[in-house]
Amino acid sequence: MTRADRIRAVLTETFAPEALEVEDESARHAGHAGARPEGETHFRVAIVATAFDGQSRVDAHRAVNAALQAEFDAGLHALTISARGKG
Amino acid sequence: MADAANERIQGLIENQDVFLFMKGTPVFPQCGFSATVAKVLNHVGVEFESFNVLEDAEIREGIKSFSNWPTIPQLYVKGEFVGGCDIVREMFETGELREFLSNKGVLKSTA
Repeated sequence: MTRADRIRAVLTETFAPEALEVEDESARHAGHAGARPEGETHFRVAIVATAFDGQSRVDAHRAVNAALQAEFDAGLHALTISARGKG
Repeated sequence: MADAANERIQGLIENQDVFLFMKGTPVFPQCGFSATVAKVLNHVGVEFESFNVLEDAEIREGIKSFSNWPTIPQLYVKGEFVGGCDIVREMFETGELREFLSNKGVLKSTA
């Protein structure tokens, strides 16, 4: 299972999103600080879920980051997030 | 160690209205995300101070628990955490950033 698969699975389970995109952008950051030869360091997530309705951006991003804590601990270095409510 | 870091961070963000924790400096950013935020702040014309976390391991780790935010850059305005790169960029694109900074009284009047 790739990190993208795990991210998708965790976010789906946590937020039951209406829309979810997960993209591994590690190749674009090859050679930069935080990049690793094996990749899977830089990801982009776009998520739309009712769970974020009425939440500030900071709170929505915190919720996404918290859900993915295990991945950060395991080498996820950078996560570009777009998180929106449905409302 | 955590307390010492928190105290130092608190001191930094209290002494400057607009404060950016970043990797590298605005002139020589060492990370694309940090570069983006510095560029946006320069573009809207707000004065800010920055701190290069790559030169200070205590702050580099401490800032993450301070704000409950796992990544750098981190922008603070009047001691309040505003967000990281995505949030700053989104606020800039929607025009909210200028309005926010102006409401906080930290944006010099622009023509």
